[in-house]
Amino acid sequence: MPGSSIEAVNLSKSFGSFAAVSSLSLKLEGTKCIGFLGPNGAGKTTTMKMFTGLISPTQGKALINGVNIKEDKKKALGSCASLIETPEIYPALTAREALMMLSELRGVPKGERTKRIDEALGKVKMQEWADKKVGSFSKGMKQRVNVASTILSDPQVVILDEPSTGLDPRGMSEVRDIVKSLGNRLVFMSSHLLSEVTEVCQEVALIDHGKLIVYDTIENVTAKFAGDGGAAEAGFSRDVDEATLSRILRLEGVDRAQKSDPRHLSIRFRGGLQAQERLFAQLADMNIGIVSFRETSTGLEDAYLSLIKETL
Amino acid sequence: MIAMSSDNQGTNARVSNLSQVRTVTKYTFLNYFRARRFYVMLGIVLLISALLTFVAGYYRSPFFGFGSSDPALTFYSAYWGSFATLVVLLSVVFFGGDAISSEFQNKTGYFLIPNPLRRSVVYVGKWLAALGASTLILAVFVLIALANGTYFFGASVPYQFGESVLFAWIYLVSAMGLTFLFSSLFKSSSISILTTVIVFLFAFDVIDTIASVVAGIEPWFSITYAGGIIANVLAVTYPPHTVVTRVGRNFTLTTFNASIPEGLAIMAVYFVVTAALGLWLFEKKEFTS
Repeated sequence: MPGSSIEAVNLSKSFGSFAAVSSLSLKLEGTKCIGFLGPNGAGKTTTMKMFTGLISPTQGKALINGVNIKEDKKKALGSCASLIETPEIYPALTAREALMMLSELRGVPKGERTKRIDEALGKVKMQEWADKKVGSFSKGMKQRVNVASTILSDPQVVILDEPSTGLDPRGMSEVRDIVKSLGNRLVFMSSHLLSEVTEVCQEVALIDHGKLIVYDTIENVTAKFAGDGGAAEAGFSRDVDEATLSRILRLEGVDRAQKSDPRHLSIRFRGGLQAQERLFAQLADMNIGIVSFRETSTGLEDAYLSLIKETL
Repeated sequence: MIAMSSDNQGTNARVSNLSQVRTVTKYTFLNYFRARRFYVMLGIVLLISALLTFVAGYYRSPFFGFGSSDPALTFYSAYWGSFATLVVLLSVVFFGGDAISSEFQNKTGYFLIPNPLRRSVVYVGKWLAALGASTLILAVFVLIALANGTYFFGASVPYQFGESVLFAWIYLVSAMGLTFLFSSLFKSSSISILTTVIVFLFAFDVIDTIASVVAGIEPWFSITYAGGIIANVLAVTYPPHTVVTRVGRNFTLTTFNASIPEGLAIMAVYFVVTAALGLWLFEKKEFTS
């Protein structure tokens, strides 16, 4: 669906003397998923709140499909759905009623509402709870309804602020599948889960102290900033003794090897995929009972760690 | 405020502001109607009514019109006139006290606000829902008063009772405006409810008394002063605007009674000013954690 865009133009937000977002300029367009990363307090949620009318920018513009949210929120959000933090739903309404309210507000055609609500609830595995009051739901169940609310109106643009918050591992996996299924839309998603971002997004924007650090494809960010290091976890059929550990440490390219338990080693190594392939082959040749070998770091994680030096 | 226009909503149908107000009102009312507080408020009204019915029927005192020259009017004055303002004020506290502040504290605003609608739509929708729930409670009290009046003094209902009911509803509209202003001022539900309770049930009464009795000034700036017309219209003779009572040799106490046009004008001004101010505050308030 060409023409979808989210654009921050010199966007700033201050709370007193604290600059939460500072002169952020960023244009996202097309149909793809962009991960929005940064440490706690970096300004991710503040930015997303400015794009959804929950707060107003101190300076600059937040545009959705070219429409300034401050000037015409109704038009700007007409084709944009969002999930910011963990919204609560009126507790005495059922999940179906809550979604019906949104579908009416968002102008979902009357004849399609029931079908779309059933589909959305189906996608988040909440059909059985459709007619139960939201007040009786757990936090995770409410978040599933919130996720359902973002796909209800078939939006061109979707803004998701840590959508997996409060969900169990299965719920997280289902949310990832939903985000992946939004392939023909522009999705802007913040997350602390780098593996999640790597799995569902094509591009990333990194923000720190309210300023944009980098915006590029995951491949480019990884190539530029991740270095050529890697990490893997190797599993063995027997306990790893000190002699074996020393031999592994002497292998070419291995920087560090330490036991995570008697039969598992965490290994950090230099070099890219070739180094990883060589290490795996060497470990197998050593006849030390290796039974598994799993890459444990993503390039994005390394890039993130090299770009973001502090957590606050 | 609310423009009755439509906007382009991408792939979905156009939704007018008016339709969105209707939607917010409908679902907020549904939420109120199913919530415990609706039934608590209903219980309070039924309890007040039961006590009044018992006292009226058991003691049959002149206060309730028994043996008086205009029994029906006196009955409605005692039964309805003495308690209607209390029912109105309790209703606005129950349904409006945290209507807006809860959107912030309970985070329900995060579900509603990031949608293609104006904040004024949410404000007006919730206001109408709170008014609807309060009107329902008031209607229950009216019906019970009518049932009692008919049982004790026959089906002939004095026209002043109708006027009083109408004034009580206008008072409800006005008080709901002020309640929503308080609710927009705070992000904490308990603080906004507490403020509303203190202001309506204590502060205004104290101000009215100090202004009239101590300073001798007509409290034309007070909504509860205006609310006096609800009971006054049921008096056999409408009380004079100024009443001076001599206390001892050297003291006089001055009390005031708002005329009907004056009372209605005060309520109207309160409604317009507080609605505009509350809406402006809600438009400006930010959803920060």
